[in-house]
Amino acid sequence: MSAWETIIGLEVHCELKTATKLFCGCPNMFGDEPNTNCCPVCLGLPGSLPVLNKGAVELAIRIGLALNCTVAPSTFHRKNYFYPDMPKDYQISQYDQPLNAGGWIDLPEGSRVGITRAHMEEDTGKSTHLGGTGRIHGADSSLIDYNRSGVPLVEIVSEPDMRSGVQARAYVAELRAILVAVGATDGRMEEGSMRVDANVSVRKPGDPFGTRCEIKNLNSLRSLQRAIEYEAARQIDLIEAGERVVQETRHFDEQTGRTGTMRSKEEATDYRYFPEPDLVPLNPSRAWIDEIRSNLAPLPKARREHLLAAVGEVTPALVDLVATVVDRDLDTLVSAAINAGAPAQLAIARAANELDADGVLPSPASFAGTCQLEASGRLSATQAKQVLAALLDEPHGDPAAIADRLGFVAMDDGALDTVLDAAIADHPSEWQRYCDGDDKLAQFFVGKVMAATKGKANGKAVIAAIAARRP
Amino acid sequence: MTTSAISLAQAIAARTTTAAAATDAALSAITERDGELHAFLHVDADAARQAASAIDARIAAGETVGPLAGVPVAIKDNLVMTGVPTTCGSKILEGWRPPYTATVVERLIDAGAIPIGKTNLDEFAMGSSTENSAYGPSRNPIDPTKVPGGSSGGSAVAVAAGYVPVSLGSDTGGSIRQPAAFCGLIGYKPTYGHISRYGLVAFSSSLDQVGPFTTTVADSALVSEIIGGHDHRDSTSIDAPAPSLLEACGRGVAGLRVGLCSDLLDGADAVIVDRVRAAAAALEAAGATIVDLAIPELRLGLSAYYLLAPAEASSNLARYDGVRFGLREERDDVAAMNVATRTAGFGPEVKRRIMLGTYALSAGYYDAYYGQAQKTRRLITNALDAAYQGVDLLLGATTPTTAFGFGDKVADPLSMYLSDLFTIPSNLAGHPAMSVPFGTDSAGLPIGVQLLAPGRRDDLLFAAGAVLESEVSA
Amino acid sequence: MTNPNPLTEADVIKVASLARLELRPDEVATFTEQLGSVLGHAQDIAALNLEGLSPMAHPFDLENVLREDVVTPSLDRDAVLAAAPDAAEHRFRVGRILGEAP
Ligand SMILES: [Zn+2]
Repeated sequence: MSAWETIIGLEVHCELKTATKLFCGCPNMFGDEPNTNCCPVCLGLPGSLPVLNKGAVELAIRIGLALNCTVAPSTFHRKNYFYPDMPKDYQISQYDQPLNAGGWIDLPEGSRVGITRAHMEEDTGKSTHLGGTGRIHGADSSLIDYNRSGVPLVEIVSEPDMRSGVQARAYVAELRAILVAVGATDGRMEEGSMRVDANVSVRKPGDPFGTRCEIKNLNSLRSLQRAIEYEAARQIDLIEAGERVVQETRHFDEQTGRTGTMRSKEEATDYRYFPEPDLVPLNPSRAWIDEIRSNLAPLPKARREHLLAAVGEVTPALVDLVATVVDRDLDTLVSAAINAGAPAQLAIARAANELDADGVLPSPASFAGTCQLEASGRLSATQAKQVLAALLDEPHGDPAAIADRLGFVAMDDGALDTVLDAAIADHPSEWQRYCDGDDKLAQFFVGKVMAATKGKANGKAVIAAIAARRP
Repeated sequence: MTTSAISLAQAIAARTTTAAAATDAALSAITERDGELHAFLHVDADAARQAASAIDARIAAGETVGPLAGVPVAIKDNLVMTGVPTTCGSKILEGWRPPYTATVVERLIDAGAIPIGKTNLDEFAMGSSTENSAYGPSRNPIDPTKVPGGSSGGSAVAVAAGYVPVSLGSDTGGSIRQPAAFCGLIGYKPTYGHISRYGLVAFSSSLDQVGPFTTTVADSALVSEIIGGHDHRDSTSIDAPAPSLLEACGRGVAGLRVGLCSDLLDGADAVIVDRVRAAAAALEAAGATIVDLAIPELRLGLSAYYLLAPAEASSNLARYDGVRFGLREERDDVAAMNVATRTAGFGPEVKRRIMLGTYALSAGYYDAYYGQAQKTRRLITNALDAAYQGVDLLLGATTPTTAFGFGDKVADPLSMYLSDLFTIPSNLAGHPAMSVPFGTDSAGLPIGVQLLAPGRRDDLLFAAGAVLESEVSA
Repeated sequence: MTNPNPLTEADVIKVASLARLELRPDEVATFTEQLGSVLGHAQDIAALNLEGLSPMAHPFDLENVLREDVVTPSLDRDAVLAAAPDAAEHRFRVGRILGEAP
């Protein structure tokens, strides 16, 4: 029996990082006192009218361009359904004429995922459930805060191009990095500024698509991957047991790691979409789009490629390190350090592992200087890391001066020979086995020398010295 | 009160009378007669008197005041004013005090006008008689056994009864022009986008426009210029200068071609047809050329309108759900509360249109009904545009009949809808139109003739309207 | 006109439920007849061949009406909540919400 193939398409809702809401001048601010950022428009009071936020449109266009979409003339529609956190009982969204359509993104591992569309819409308010468990079920009543009502969203709909939970996770991670890079969002999934719905189906390779289920509101990369993997297994079990997958909306329970039915297709709402008469069409001029394009910050993929180009031999481990550096926004610093003379591989590794993107960073010159001292053998790896830590207190400090202050004196070859002689004398049988060809024991002697020198010895020099002693 | 707004404002500015006196006169006329006529749902006497004293004080201090300083005005109760109850003639909004003010009301107040109160209307402006108001109908001051027309019936009554020289209404399918015709007033529906809708409680957003009721064409021009013009809070507001309406009032019609349109006339009572022909003759005598023409597409307007307007209304009225304002019929869960609230809060006509519109938008019917209605709207607009290649203005009847009696059309909604036949095309096309009183029937009930102009040529209505007005008063 | 009613009572019940309205049985019958007569009248446009005409959503071809992304004052919260049928903890209060947003 041939293996099953999982088919995944994702809908990602991303809150835009504007100063104000999509259709009114209320602040777009997370975490403020409830119902303080509200006006007639975002409360849906009778007589109020929406006016589109130019800043939100610009961010939405940036997203479209970053996702290789065509930015097209677009219109707004009303999506009608009753729900208490939606003040007008319709959501202003885009329907058959989205702002951005037909793009793609390339994932770091090399695959390409198609983007169907990236359209604008407004967010809803937020309800808190009282009594019972604090969740919807069992609550006696709910309290509604409309601060989030009307916050601008872009919904990014992918093609059903993904084949595993891991790939879906990589897609969202890359998408998030792109959206953050272009300044469209802060990308904080835990605060709900990015929310993911996953459409999952299974089939035998070559067969038509199976019946899909939509899993709503996945709030972390981990949940996304778990939910997809659970859901695919569930569907496969059903089919293999001779049952059918029913098209429905499901939710994912973080506690149990399972998905459960929310709503079947028969209960699907008739949204009665129609053109929003209170808004006029949005038709961004070529000049405006070009201006936005020319000001677009470099995207993660280009930034990764730029860093990798500075490295001689590209290994999978290095690709991961570069992805981390770019993900943490450290690539500007690393590139500057490389330009200032730091060895590329070392700068990338130290940045990925030793620097805190959210904290104080060393100046490029100081960072480059530290890497150079390490590369030249003036500092050991351990010492270099300590110098980097010390640079947090004086980001423009002189690494050599800091090393002196910390007492990091490079060992001369004579001193190293003395220490190594002692280590060999103390462990003659190990040395004999090394000389007989047991290479693993080299590391044993490196450890002894490091211990004896309290990490001051240069690892590479020690290895070279040990190898040189072998008959 | 028979004085026009313009002459009243002049008298107040010249200190031959005061804003306080004008306001007191309005309030005492209301006290005297509005128990019977029921133009108002809410009168704010204290606020009006305070505003009037403030105007008088500014005039006494020699300050410059606005062109409507001290003129009492009435506001249809679907326009919001901060802190003043706004019901839209519906139980579902009973007790709601909006926290903001409509642009048109703000501009009236900035011009010195004194809002006296909020006027009665068919619930959410859906109707042609005020009989759909949850608070009882208004009566026609010319014959209180007749309806004043609707939906802006209360605003028409407030001016026709002489309480105030100016009131504001809204016109989605004829809701200013029809009551103006029934009550013998000038009723003007501007070009869509000419007057802000911000703060007008929406019935059908792509058709709704605010406009004035007045006793003179010049007052209509003045008030429209004050409340009109671009408003950044309304995305459908036109941001471009429009020709002066006041200036147009004295321009005359010499050289204008006026199309006497059979499709805005056939089916009207004979006496109305006669008066429309008389109006044509008057315009001709003033130098216009009369061209007989037919635009059969206009007949399709009714069907398009009664699909499009309810469709938009079904969505606009979803927000009356008992969650944030207005009526709530408490139930254990929110959905049941929504249903109970809406079922208790909306009257039958509103329910009818919500259901009609919901149906027209629902899956499987959208193309046949809503989509087809939108295309018909284009067809009618194209037909009007084509007609305006040959004429500058169109002339026809405002209504097929004069004011009818209470209860005459309530049982048969379609017959009520048919009374909007001549007014609907302008709303569909977004074009301006005006009803001008031009005589009466044998019972003395007013007859309105309707002038229609192409989009953004509202000035032509005022040029022709002023000519007809001078003919009547001559 | 003797066109058959394009609308059934089941349609009316379904539409009422979509619109969150509840009808008594006699209302269902009345509304079915009244809405049917309006839809019957609309058959004049349902029958038209309007191919080639673009649907008209707006009277005028305005586009790109935008505002700058600049904060304007929000409403006073007490004024907002004063209008609420029920409020608690500075929020609007409603009964149980059965089910997630669709
Ligand atoms: Zn707001």
